[in-house]
Amino acid sequence: MPHIEVNNDFPGIRGLMAFRPETAEPLSALAEVLLRDNEGLSRAERELIASRVSYLNDCFYCHNSHGELACVYLDGDRDLVDQVRKDYQHAAISGKLKALLTIAGKVQQSGLAVQPEDIALARREGATDKDIHDTVLIAAAFCLFNRYVDGLAATTPTDLSTYPARARQVLERGYGSHIYSSAQPVR
Amino acid sequence: MAYRPETAKPLNELAEVLLRDDNNTLSRGERELIGAYVSSLNDCFFCQNVHGSLAQHYLECDMSYIDAVKVNPGMTNLSGKLKALLSIAASVQGGGRSVTADQVEKARALGATDREIHDTVLIAAAFCMFNRYVDGLGTWAPQDRQFYVDRAPRRAAEGYLDYDLHK
Repeated sequence: MPHIEVNNDFPGIRGLMAFRPETAEPLSALAEVLLRDNEGLSRAERELIASRVSYLNDCFYCHNSHGELACVYLDGDRDLVDQVRKDYQHAAISGKLKALLTIAGKVQQSGLAVQPEDIALARREGATDKDIHDTVLIAAAFCLFNRYVDGLAATTPTDLSTYPARARQVLERGYGSHIYSSAQPVR
Repeated sequence: MAYRPETAKPLNELAEVLLRDDNNTLSRGERELIGAYVSSLNDCFFCQNVHGSLAQHYLECDMSYIDAVKVNPGMTNLSGKLKALLSIAASVQGGGRSVTADQVEKARALGATDREIHDTVLIAAAFCMFNRYVDGLGTWAPQDRQFYVDRAPRRAAEGYLDYDLHK
């Protein structure tokens, strides 16, 4: 049960957003630009970074929600998503994405943990300044989202079969206000 | 932020509604203090000085008082409610799962509303993002703390919507 009375039964961050739409608006706008922009990093890469950071923060709702989105973008390759979350250095992904996931993992610990050699490695692997900027901000933003969800003990569905319907909803309509104002998709 | 205006816009709007909007039962000074406290726990020099300076501006105190809060809120003359909210903020900084039902109950018993608890958690979480964003990209920050104090009145008056790190 959430620490506060949110007066709705929406899952995860959606219930918190419905409780306080004034703050939900910039939060969903941030998610939309960071995760749905398709220039530089692909949507799949962005969701993989989000899922990996949420996994490091031990946020069940977020790592599964964004893992499911990455899975949809990767044509259902759930094994790859799991491998990236748990052991990305041995996953079948580009050297560039591995270097960016290393930066994201440092950001998860602290911004001060990112070293010039981490940035240099990402650049050598072909990352642009925008890729590096977006990786740092996606990782930092999930240090917000994860703490928001777990800090208020938001309702977390434990049944993983409920996650794909919400992922398809985001795939089709993005991270707009519909995710916390309309009836939740069930299939 | 100047580098990527598409992301600066929602970040500035989030800061404005969380920290500066007057439709809130927590004062601007109290909200900036939560931001400065979490930034101090995250060891972010830039954010703890920007938001510590804003807190002392709104609370009409000086930086030594803000520094005392950062060291140990429990030893200051802050209200019991604000101490309880700062304790929740510190737990959020450590990880969302460290917030306990007891901490929330205590804040409520001292007069905190659900929305105040919500905003405290979200402010603390937001600074876990802002701090990482600033330090993760190695942003340049002036080392003279007086620089931030001198700019606080203008920042307070202008708000966050046109916020520019270098202004």
